[in-house]
Amino acid sequence: MSFDWMKIPYALLTVFIVFNYGMLLGALIQKIGARAGRRHGIPIWQNYVDLIKNYGQRTSITHGVMFYLGPVFRLTGGIGLLLFVPTIYGSYMFSNLSFAGDLILALYFVFFGTLGMALGAGESGHPHAAIGITRGLSQVSVAELPFALAVFAVALQYQTLSVTDIVAAQQGGVMNWTLFTNPLAVAAAMLAFLGSMMRPPFDVVIAPQEIPIGPPTEYHSAYLALMQTNRAIFPIAKMVIYMNLFFGGATSWPEFAVKVFLLYLFSAFVGVCFPRFRVEQSIRWFLIWAVPLGVLAILWV
Amino acid sequence: MEQELKPELQIRKVKGPDGVEFEVEPLRDYYCEALPTVQHGAYIQIVEDFFNWARSHSLWILGFGTGCGAIEMRPLMTPRFDAYRYGIQWRPTPRQANLLVISGYLSVKTLKRAIRAYEQMQSPKYVVGLGSCTINGGMYWDSYNTIKRLDDYMPVDLYIVGCMPRPEALLAGFEDLKKLIRAGKAEGANQYAEKFDWYKSNQKRVIHDWDMPDYSW
Amino acid sequence: MRALHIRLQHLFPLGELTEQRPDLGFVTVPAAYLRPTLLHLRDREGYTHLVLLTAVDWLEEDLFQLTYLLSNRSTGCDIGLRVKFPRQAAHMESIHDLWPTAATYQRELREMFGIDFPGSPRLHEEFILEGWNDIPPYRRDFDTLKYARANYNDRPGRETHDPEQHMKQQLYPDGA
Repeated sequence: MSFDWMKIPYALLTVFIVFNYGMLLGALIQKIGARAGRRHGIPIWQNYVDLIKNYGQRTSITHGVMFYLGPVFRLTGGIGLLLFVPTIYGSYMFSNLSFAGDLILALYFVFFGTLGMALGAGESGHPHAAIGITRGLSQVSVAELPFALAVFAVALQYQTLSVTDIVAAQQGGVMNWTLFTNPLAVAAAMLAFLGSMMRPPFDVVIAPQEIPIGPPTEYHSAYLALMQTNRAIFPIAKMVIYMNLFFGGATSWPEFAVKVFLLYLFSAFVGVCFPRFRVEQSIRWFLIWAVPLGVLAILWV
Repeated sequence: MEQELKPELQIRKVKGPDGVEFEVEPLRDYYCEALPTVQHGAYIQIVEDFFNWARSHSLWILGFGTGCGAIEMRPLMTPRFDAYRYGIQWRPTPRQANLLVISGYLSVKTLKRAIRAYEQMQSPKYVVGLGSCTINGGMYWDSYNTIKRLDDYMPVDLYIVGCMPRPEALLAGFEDLKKLIRAGKAEGANQYAEKFDWYKSNQKRVIHDWDMPDYSW
Repeated sequence: MRALHIRLQHLFPLGELTEQRPDLGFVTVPAAYLRPTLLHLRDREGYTHLVLLTAVDWLEEDLFQLTYLLSNRSTGCDIGLRVKFPRQAAHMESIHDLWPTAATYQRELREMFGIDFPGSPRLHEEFILEGWNDIPPYRRDFDTLKYARANYNDRPGRETHDPEQHMKQQLYPDGA
């Protein structure tokens, strides 16, 4: 099998587009959230300015090797997730490095960044970081459960582990989307989506008002900037997976933009409507509401 | 006056999980001994100007209310004043903040914490003194435990007068600070490093139970 | 309140009752009878809540006064017990075993007034002040202005106006 080297620059182009879209979309969603609170909110370019400032800080402190690697792992998780699933279906340029079994790899990458973060923040030695990691890992793990169940349901339904094939099977009309062919799986996955987006009601892990800001307590300057970069890419990459698995994928950039925006808006919408859960409440909530839906989805297939 | 260290700061023997006993000297092992150094900006002036522009539009305030003036900062987050419009945000940890607002009177006990918070912030960092208490003691001019001149203890870039200054005054002050930063005049961190001994001697003169390292990273 | 005072007077050598409101009175107790009076009020009369414990410095009379304010939650009545004792080597019986909260008050009083309460837990730990090196600051013979001048730098150029004179000048500059 020969590797197509042209795929690499194209994949980097995808990352670039997704990064900028993520930066702007993040600010836009924050503005929408601010409007819900009757504020104007941050300027749309604020995320870029913050990023430049953090890269431009003159000093930084390290706590060890893992402290360096934490943000790197996190960014790897985001970019890896994006690179191994097709962003635009049917496009040679933007199908990235997708291959036959990429669904499993994607599941792995969703968790990869969190684990890297846990190791890095643990090395910082700050007690808040340790508490934040405990909370974060338990919440992300339990939110991952319904998502994994939903993914298995979808894989069983289409008898494949290739994201490209799953998207292909959903083409030819809205009624072919997984949303309508397997609504239970989509419902379970969307609840899990809320949990992994780090927005209210499931943002107790990184909320500034809780134990100050959780795992990234000790991160600053360029480390923080690296994590901000990831915060632009990772949600979009995750939403690309959701879009591909459940909402028919995207065949063009405008379709991609609209679908991702609506998915992001869904979590923001829930976020401004509901107050924050404590960790044990959110774990219970996921186990009671989301996991049975996932099990039902598998049984239904 | 040499003060006896608190128990958690004294040298002690610790038994690790693997059964090996070792000695811990908290002041040396838990803190870095390196003193602050003067940090130069980017070599090319235009890059430094660009960074300064970014810094001025991204002021991250450390959410540390030292006195009654903290009550005037909270309205800035609300719909009425909404400081987020101007790129001003609050960060809960000194590591990520680059602006320390000393909001009102500073008792000696709080000064100790404020110094540590300031030293943990990453350069370049800015200090804004809020209200007349930070300038000349204000109504606490004859108090037995509040300092009267903030700039003796840490480099202050800007004072906002009033008792208390209203949120509008704060916003105007932050806009002035932005101008200072863009002009490259807000180099408090370097000033602190240059006159480090002078600042430390001032600090130690009022903080009688000095039980921390001279520079907390 | 009056009835309570009469009942108490049969048991303890109390001073006159100062009745500030129908539900608030103060009475002076000799230091030796403080504990039995408190116990009686707590266990027999329903004054179960220690509202506050504070001190007054009677410098001219060379006395300290402690005020124990108790509250009866069911009737809504408050009674304050005043105890006076000499300032020299000031000490008072600790009541932390009657109300655990009293320990905190006593810590504060030890630090701010220098009143000793033997046996009170954590009495000699720093409460508010850190590294204090002078006489306790709430004593009236402590000169806070002098201390502030000696310890904290002044910023030159500070002006002080007498409010009355200043406003007179502002409002009636011609002295009318």
